[in-house]
Amino acid sequence: MTSARNYYVVLFHSVTHAIKAEKVLKEAGVAAKAIPVPRHISSDCGVCLRCVGSQKEKIEQTLFEKVDFSRIAHL
Amino acid sequence: MDIIYFDNAATSWPKPDATLEAMNRYNEITGGSPGRSAHRLSIEAARIIFDTRESLVELFGITDSLRIVFTKNATEALNIAIFGLLKKGDHVITSGMEHNSVMRPLRAMEAGGIELSVIPCSERGEMDPQDIPPYIKKNTRAIFLTHASNVTGTIMPVAEVGKIAREKGIIFCVDAAQTAGAIPIDVEEMNIDLLAFTGHKSLLGPQGTGGLYIRKGLEKNIAPLCMGGTGSRSEWEEQPAFMPDKYESGTLNAIGIAGLGAGVRYILKEGIGEIRKKETALAGTFIDGIAAIDGIKLYGLDNAPGRTAVVSFNINGISPSEAALAFDEKFNIMERPGLHCAPLAHRTIGTFPGGTNRFSFGYFNRPDQIKTALEAIERIVTGL
Repeated sequence: MTSARNYYVVLFHSVTHAIKAEKVLKEAGVAAKAIPVPRHISSDCGVCLRCVGSQKEKIEQTLFEKVDFSRIAHL
Repeated sequence: MDIIYFDNAATSWPKPDATLEAMNRYNEITGGSPGRSAHRLSIEAARIIFDTRESLVELFGITDSLRIVFTKNATEALNIAIFGLLKKGDHVITSGMEHNSVMRPLRAMEAGGIELSVIPCSERGEMDPQDIPPYIKKNTRAIFLTHASNVTGTIMPVAEVGKIAREKGIIFCVDAAQTAGAIPIDVEEMNIDLLAFTGHKSLLGPQGTGGLYIRKGLEKNIAPLCMGGTGSRSEWEEQPAFMPDKYESGTLNAIGIAGLGAGVRYILKEGIGEIRKKETALAGTFIDGIAAIDGIKLYGLDNAPGRTAVVSFNINGISPSEAALAFDEKFNIMERPGLHCAPLAHRTIGTFPGGTNRFSFGYFNRPDQIKTALEAIERIVTGL
């Protein structure tokens, strides 16, 4: 299912960071879904945000200086 | 006969319906462990906790909601600030009106090698900020000050002290147990570095909730009191160094924090100015009323605007505990007698060790209840 689309995950230091980012992105009209950090990706915390590839740059711009994130990884 | 609840400085009661509804909703619908498990109920629980952080930062003029650490009450928040920050050889300044939530940890640290200066206050509980500079020394690390006394309600000159502390590069920690939700607080305007608050008083949340605001960067100098699971960095066996996880080990009181968030949003909706106006009017009516009764000694300021809605008094020839029993049994009035966990404040105002009767009014009290209470006091005084 996921292989059909080009997904990225945004990783955060803490759940609070992830939930803050979810809210900031929602207010900016950027779609991102909170999901458990996939097992094969080194985890900073248990929750990350998943987005489609076309949104990656928009997400980086929107979170810049608003919410610290660790990194964005290809899923 | 309805209960008249005048013990809001201990715990506010009743709570707004919204507080109880938020807790019921959490219990019935959300339930999950906040953020730990990443299923939808767990994430929803994390969102509810985050929304409470956002509401609190709006109330206190804080720019970043990650600066709020949840604790079980103001006492735990103050313990983090005191034990986490201070080191042997540090000098600390505090006031003669502090609660034991500040004094006991400070006295313990004093025994462990910090130096403590207690600034004397007036008999009415007032502190002159200009008394502080002569006490400042090279090793003065922090000032711990209550925002308002829990005994007399006297509001302390927090903004003035904050200005002095900032100019001298001293960390300023405010105990807002009596004021958060009752009078306006702005951590930026008041130069507050650490703000300890409780959820179950004027923030209109349940017991078991509270928190500590930590100014950006200060967490580097404050060790956590408690370490453990945070839901983050699970591969590490060391405590994370970032906010808020550094200080939030173990599952939070999510149901309580859900209620606290609703309480804070209720305050934001009503307006803290409106709340202050109503509570000041109630306290003013009461102060004027007891001034007209012979045999009553009022403590603290003789006007309401300089205090929170807390009024301490004594009745000639009747101990506070006797009076409290009469208020409860004969008049259905719930008040608090005694020392109110603040022996130092009672020494300052001259009521140690006997204590006082303390009536503390809240947003849900009514003028007719004040009238009933004044009649009750007259009857107790005249022995009827």
